[in-house]
Amino acid sequence: MKARRTARKKSPSDEWILRLYVAGQSARSAAALRNLEAICEQHLAGRYRIELIDLLKNPQLARGDQIVAVPTLVRHLPPPMKKIIGDLSNAERVLVGLDLRPRRARGGVRS
Amino acid sequence: MPRSRRPPARSRTISRPSALAKVATGIDGFDEITGGGLPQGRPTLVCGGPGCGKTLFALQFLVHGATHGESGVFVTFEETEEDLLKNAASLGYDVPGLIERKRLALEYIRVERSEIEETGEYDLEGLFIRLDHALRTVRARRIALDTIESLFAGLSNAGVLRAELRRLFAWLKERGITAVITGERGTDTLTRQGLEEYVSDCVIVLDHRVTDQISTRRLRVVKYRGSSHGTNEYPFLIDRRGLAVLPVTSLQLIHRATSERISTGLDWLDEMFGGLGYFRASSVLLSGGAGTAKTTLAAYFLDAACRRGERALCFQFEESPPQYVRNMRSVGLTLDRWIRKGSLRIHAARPTLYGLEFHLATMHREIEEAQPSVAVIDPLSSFTGGSFEEVNSMVMRLIDYLKGKNITAMFTHLIPGSGASQEVEVGVSSLIDSWILLRNSPPGEHGGRHLSILKSRGMPHSSDRRSFELTDRGPVPVGPARRLPAVRKGRG
Repeated sequence: MKARRTARKKSPSDEWILRLYVAGQSARSAAALRNLEAICEQHLAGRYRIELIDLLKNPQLARGDQIVAVPTLVRHLPPPMKKIIGDLSNAERVLVGLDLRPRRARGGVRS
Repeated sequence: MPRSRRPPARSRTISRPSALAKVATGIDGFDEITGGGLPQGRPTLVCGGPGCGKTLFALQFLVHGATHGESGVFVTFEETEEDLLKNAASLGYDVPGLIERKRLALEYIRVERSEIEETGEYDLEGLFIRLDHALRTVRARRIALDTIESLFAGLSNAGVLRAELRRLFAWLKERGITAVITGERGTDTLTRQGLEEYVSDCVIVLDHRVTDQISTRRLRVVKYRGSSHGTNEYPFLIDRRGLAVLPVTSLQLIHRATSERISTGLDWLDEMFGGLGYFRASSVLLSGGAGTAKTTLAAYFLDAACRRGERALCFQFEESPPQYVRNMRSVGLTLDRWIRKGSLRIHAARPTLYGLEFHLATMHREIEEAQPSVAVIDPLSSFTGGSFEEVNSMVMRLIDYLKGKNITAMFTHLIPGSGASQEVEVGVSSLIDSWILLRNSPPGEHGGRHLSILKSRGMPHSSDRRSFELTDRGPVPVGPARRLPAVRKGRG
């Protein structure tokens, strides 16, 4: 099942495409989706698209994005590709992982 | 009431479990030392340092299954599919063909820490789904996970990983999949992440040591639940045909004894052995100083076997085959005709080129291929690559192996200088059935060389010292036989 939630499309160039890989309808999957939607609405309102992929239904799709852990969020657009694993409960880290917020001085600082 | 009292033991109505089912790995020798291969439907841990042959072990296990009715999935966490295919092709495995025929599936799993941010709880259900999908695609009975520990480098939550690995191995077991899980050796543990804790059925350690610039590979079965196994370290080699383990038999002395005799290749020498020559499947040691015709006598022995229509194999560690053939022509032997006919095979190698184990392994392969009835190792003394014990144990194993194959073996051994008995002889002599000593005669004596039999088990033999000279018709006795002074060894 690929549920597409499109919130008001803008020009495709600045559209964010986010894929959320889950396995079945677990509480953790639901939480991840909820958390993601909240973050997107707050920071990317109107220019994001979430594709929900249930690996139990489409196991062959795990290969392409090299999915091992679930839930995994993959930022397809804009490049480069980013992955965030877990239930996305820590909004701060999700924002950092999506490059929506600069990385704090941690082990590996990115310019 | 004492708490320690236990309920009465349940009567044991459960029938004794049948012998543990095993699946063949197709690795030469390995299936023999384990009595059939790996435990069926269970995970086996194969661990060792980098370059020890883990991946190859796993690959061979799968390819063998794929070509013998058991499909498999190779899950690689380190090499890309492309690299793996390249490696497999170098060993002559047609992996693409097996994949096409759905006998084999490759699954490359890459977890790159720098690309991943972790937030909140997760599990490895994605991995399970991928494995499940791959296993179904080819209806696999086997799987290899190479090297699953890489996950620890890619994901930071070790607690989750450990729990998930435990679940994974149980899951594979439940499905009855025979698994090979590779692991890199840790500092104090068999594997970096202590995988041995989760895989308790069978653990194999591969080792690659380099001493004196010579590499030796060894394999050890550390654990094999429910099965007896040798605990020795078994040498193994990796060559163009993959992995091969030497089934070092434990010197059980169970060889059948035959009373058949075979010629030494020289009438006068046969005469000294009661007129009949050596026992078939016995081991003969020719020792002597430089230039005492050891190689020549061994070549006559080979020639005699070829004349009888048997196959002969010569391991030559000092000369190249053409050189050897030429030199033997000067003492009356035309060995090239046997080579052309295919009855004589000469395997030449520099002894210092490889380690002892490698030599032993190559010898095994040659013997398996040539299926000779006689074999000559010329000379034994060139194996100096290891300690005395190592050389000794190698020779013992070789002798044992040859005997087990009913092959009559002849070893030459150079005694440097005056000819005082050397260590190797002392160690090996107890395994040798017939021992011939060759010497240069003191100046002024007939013939230049003489020969005596130090021992020859189970047969009457001459205790004379025979002088001989080397002519273009071979070694020819000269002068009268002399009785050997006091020394006479051997039971017989």
